Amino acid sequence: MHWINAAVMLVMITSGWGIYDDDVIIRGFHFSPFWRLGDWAAWSLNWHFAGMWFLAVNGLIYLVYGFASGRFREKLLPIRPAELVQTVIDTLHFKIAHEDITVYNAVQKLLYIVVIFAGISQVVTGIAIWKPVQFSGLVSLLGGFQTARVLHFAGMAVIVGFLIVHLALALLVPKTLWAMIAGGPRLRPRDRAKQGHAA
Amino acid sequence: MRSPFRPGVVPDAAVLDDHRPLIRSLERRSLIRGGFSLGALVMLTGCDVRRPEAVESALLAISRFNDTVQAWLFDPNKLAPTYPASMILRPPKFNAYYDVTQVKPVNGNSWRLEVSGLVSDKRSWTLSDLQALPQTSIVIKHICVEGWSYIGGWTGVPLRVFLERVGADLRAKYVAFKTADDYPSSIDMASALHPQTLLALQYGGETLADPFGFPMRLRMAVKLGYKNPKWVTAIEVTNSYTGGYWESLGFPWFAGI
Repeated sequence: MHWINAAVMLVMITSGWGIYDDDVIIRGFHFSPFWRLGDWAAWSLNWHFAGMWFLAVNGLIYLVYGFASGRFREKLLPIRPAELVQTVIDTLHFKIAHEDITVYNAVQKLLYIVVIFAGISQVVTGIAIWKPVQFSGLVSLLGGFQTARVLHFAGMAVIVGFLIVHLALALLVPKTLWAMIAGGPRLRPRDRAKQGHAA
Repeated sequence: MRSPFRPGVVPDAAVLDDHRPLIRSLERRSLIRGGFSLGALVMLTGCDVRRPEAVESALLAISRFNDTVQAWLFDPNKLAPTYPASMILRPPKFNAYYDVTQVKPVNGNSWRLEVSGLVSDKRSWTLSDLQALPQTSIVIKHICVEGWSYIGGWTGVPLRVFLERVGADLRAKYVAFKTADDYPSSIDMASALHPQTLLALQYGGETLADPFGFPMRLRMAVKLGYKNPKWVTAIEVTNSYTGGYWESLGFPWFAGI
């Protein structure tokens, strides 16, 4: 699921840049053709409208699985502010604790929650700017078509920002890479219980 | 040392003699020439390295699937939001596949609207014929596929009224348009019958200006900007798909919003 998402996210982001470039939101800010998927807007659009199905279906399965299995609650909650501050301080001192890659630190938890919400937000704002008449109620809830469009752009920026941090940290802690490719270490039920307790 | 590429058994010398004329004709120059025509052939297919044919046809197949989904999502009774007349942008934003300086004005007196296809009355229409039909005014948002939008006020004959007047088969699949600026377009019948789909004759209470489609253009609230052909000269009711200008270049056909 992670790698389908990674591929589809790249398709959505780079084809989105191709669409963006036809009528920019920030004056003078373009994406160079090298970074754009689709040789011009029509094909960027076709990539985007093809990728959206894979993103939505894969994302839906991920969310249902995350909630149903309790994985979200177990891995992403709770986030304690003190823990958050401590992790930031540790990270700035290059103390990146990763003895046990099955337990996320507070910053990771926060970032994963933010990016999951950003992904959901992209689908919602995407629907709004795809069908602003059929879903006119949603568009006015978001503050109008142009605001929805800017929100869709901002959501992309959040996801790209996450990706940069995510990739940088994954490369700093190489053993996570193998877990990402092959699936993480199996937790024995006892460990799982203990871990749930500790969290 | 014996070259590893030399075959263990060499062919009979007679074979070489048989092919000597062919070998003599092998020239570096002709190889280069051949290389060039191979390159030209690759270009002739219109295939971009960044858009291989297989990828292109897969994307187009999904785009056609999306057309079906869009038709299913389309609610014929859902009205687009309307705005007060004070919000109308004057003049409207010009957009076409060419620059505004290249607009060729159409003479309203000699202009005729041809009607063809699955209709009972195929006589052509003059501007005053259209002006005599019931008129509707709407102030709606124009949304371009590029992302920009503006609010415009349009007055004209609802396409539904016109289609009923010419005795069109309303169960037909498509309504197709031809224009004076060579910008063919076509839409689905359900969108054609939507109450906010007009054969527009006026903008902001005044006769359409030349760059915006005088004497008549299509203006619909339920589709993207590129589905609104200007300077319409012919309307055809048909069951065969005719596509459109941007559609033939890859843009989605349904383009509903």
